[in-house]
Amino acid sequence: MDFILIQFLTGLSNASALFLIASGLTVIFGVTRIVNFAHGSFYMLGAYLTWTITRALWDWGGREPLLFVLAILFAALAVGALGALIEIVLLRRIYRAPELFQLLATFGVVLIIQDIALAVWGPEDLPLPRPPWLRRFVEIAGSRFPQYDLILILVGPAVLAALWFLFQRTRFGILVRAATQDREMVAALGVDQRILFTGVFFLGSALAGLGGAIVLPSQSAFLQMDLAIIAEAFVVVVVGGLGSVPGAFLASLLIAEVQAFGIVLVPKATLVLVFLVMAGVLIVRPYGLLGRPQAHARAATGTVEPVIRPAPAILGWAGAVALALAAAAPFFAGPYAVTVLVELAVFVLFAASLHLMMGPGGIVSFGHAAYFGLGAYGAALGLRFLAVPMEAGLVLAPLLAGLFGLVFGWFAVRLSGVYLAMLTLAFAQIVWAAAFQWVEFTGGDNGILGVWPSDWARGKAAYLWLAIVLCIGATLLLRRMIHAPFGYALRAARDSELRAEAIGLDAVRIRLGAFVIAALGAGLAGGVYAYGKGSVFPTYISIPKSIDALLMVLLGGVQTVSGPIVGALAYHTLFLTVLQAFAWWRLVLGLAIVLLVLAFPQGIAGFVRQRYERARGIEGA
Amino acid sequence: MLSIRHLDAFYGRAHILRDVTLEVARGEVLVLLGRNGAGKSTTMKAIMGLVRPAPGASVRFDGTEIAGRAPHEIARMGLGYVPEDRRIFTDLTVMENLEVGRQPARDGLEPWTPERLFAIFPNLARMRDRPGGRMSGGEQQMLTIARTLMGNPRLVLLDEPSEGLAPVIVQQMAEAIAAVKAAGLTIVLSEQNLHFARRVADRAAIIEKGIVRWTGTLAALDAEPDIKAQYLSV
Repeated sequence: MDFILIQFLTGLSNASALFLIASGLTVIFGVTRIVNFAHGSFYMLGAYLTWTITRALWDWGGREPLLFVLAILFAALAVGALGALIEIVLLRRIYRAPELFQLLATFGVVLIIQDIALAVWGPEDLPLPRPPWLRRFVEIAGSRFPQYDLILILVGPAVLAALWFLFQRTRFGILVRAATQDREMVAALGVDQRILFTGVFFLGSALAGLGGAIVLPSQSAFLQMDLAIIAEAFVVVVVGGLGSVPGAFLASLLIAEVQAFGIVLVPKATLVLVFLVMAGVLIVRPYGLLGRPQAHARAATGTVEPVIRPAPAILGWAGAVALALAAAAPFFAGPYAVTVLVELAVFVLFAASLHLMMGPGGIVSFGHAAYFGLGAYGAALGLRFLAVPMEAGLVLAPLLAGLFGLVFGWFAVRLSGVYLAMLTLAFAQIVWAAAFQWVEFTGGDNGILGVWPSDWARGKAAYLWLAIVLCIGATLLLRRMIHAPFGYALRAARDSELRAEAIGLDAVRIRLGAFVIAALGAGLAGGVYAYGKGSVFPTYISIPKSIDALLMVLLGGVQTVSGPIVGALAYHTLFLTVLQAFAWWRLVLGLAIVLLVLAFPQGIAGFVRQRYERARGIEGA
Repeated sequence: MLSIRHLDAFYGRAHILRDVTLEVARGEVLVLLGRNGAGKSTTMKAIMGLVRPAPGASVRFDGTEIAGRAPHEIARMGLGYVPEDRRIFTDLTVMENLEVGRQPARDGLEPWTPERLFAIFPNLARMRDRPGGRMSGGEQQMLTIARTLMGNPRLVLLDEPSEGLAPVIVQQMAEAIAAVKAAGLTIVLSEQNLHFARRVADRAAIIEKGIVRWTGTLAALDAEPDIKAQYLSV
């Protein structure tokens, strides 16, 4: 009994920080319709800044609790100000851009902040020195419970009450709620939205900063805090219902309690438990506990995606020549070039599989690396536990990815837009955590080594040819599908679900089909990659890997068939040549992403189309 | 008071308004008449800045050029807008909806308060704390006008205020518009219902395919059955 009480209290205290972060995310989303990836970075900065400010204040006035509280407040305000600054400088310019670009822009901010934090605070974890009053315990039911955690339990409800007062009883709050529903009408009534949006960003970012600040005494400040918390926050927001603060509160309690008890009952599978809870909630309530179906804030503009046409013959010939050159590479190029070519083949398939979902399917996945990683781990685990040869491993790889694609896709394809993006990212993060946590099975951070091809494929040249046959073959198959009846049905379901269903197409099933096929493709790519590298690591599943895939597709253009191929080649080459030359490559990549989105808020293809139409418009006027 | 010249507007490539030119005098009620899709709503949205007027357009409000300004700036200069589809904040109560519309008082006009609005829209007084989503269409229409008046506008754009309302509510609506006019406001409303227009308006402008075809008093319009038949009959 005592144990249950203590675990329950631990859950409550963890819920507080989780609620602070999730409520900030949900408030920002509610008004601006932006899912702020950088929210986790604000949380991280909250912890780092609290560390710095607390130490400075303690050096000056002794290790007093009051100074610590003061430091927390300063840190939260500073993070809030930074959030407001980012809103003014960056996000204000892209409110009308497609959701995907907004997510990418905020991810660019994540990368920038990561490198800045590394430069300022260094790579080591920074624990806060714990004066006696931070180490105090309280006797509860015969057990010792940290006094600080007991105080944390109160923070969540206190913030909930404060937010309730703000939103129900102040003019600012009423305007925010009105803008959540209809921004344009609020503007037509004379309210300057810019101030409202900046204010909301300040509030949401400060909440994230506060969340990071209050966990500092029990954790440390460290560089991976941002992406670790953002996936958790997405889970909470999705479970609670996008845009609902009380929903975020309930969901953070639920998730934190599941974690608190899960860590004792099934220590290696906490995240699987979280996933099951999330799945259960979404089956019963697809829009979360207190969420409602998304009213599309950005009205369907009636813009039509350009028709996907087969590439012109010249492009086909160019592709064939490039392929022949690649296949002949072992005869004239060095071993490094051949290794790079294997990677290129792999990434072409990886990008093409994501493109099938994104382009013809209109399903923007933010966690496609999950299936790539599952493929790699499928091959490696098959070798480790079943001692299967490479041939079987390469069958196992897509199958494992496809199986998970079926399960995750079942939930994901019912949703759209940001909900879908958050859910796919959360799934990917769960797979990543399983690979990372479950050391006995997956080797954890050390990965699984010695995943070598069969003897006949061990030579550099042989493996390149195998990679080309499998990856380029599968890519061509994916391209073929786009022009097959399945591809037509997929595009029909994307452009008008209602009309597609009226002519007898089951839109959800078709999208699920695309999801599974994309997972199979990514899984095969992962398998080939694993044997090519000889090892697998959790980083194959990480969020940056998913973003890589998105960037490849975007670079090439979403609504072209050869786009992902060109994009993958361009991006990977760029990565190998340019980015690796910079010590601060995250900063460079992040800035590049942000500038790209600012320069082409409608996407590169949209930009070209806009220019084209403008030229035509002048002619017609 | 409101002077519109050479107003063109586009939705994407579709040319919706063509060279719309209108004059609205202080204190009058001008009705825009025309069939569905003629461009009445777009004219209002273009005045409010919700649809961007094409370059070369001039919209002057009390002598100030407002074409190309942001909607909230235009609203703050004293232009009120009541959209056709009402766009009540359904999660907010009646009082909260009014609060969203509230703007500082303006010189020369008695400021609107909830109590003063409830005198014109007595139904609203009985449901101060009811969420907008749980009101009838007629009640929502009353609320949306009251909400705009809370901004103390000098001119109100009313987009089809009688649309889809029961006859008894239409009667109340006509009285409400008369009360607003009596309070010294200038009104531009759009209508398809000529009968309703005749009861509230001083002057009419007929729009068809985005072009202003005819302007004049309602009495003059009644004297020209051909115009009515050509542009208004269904």
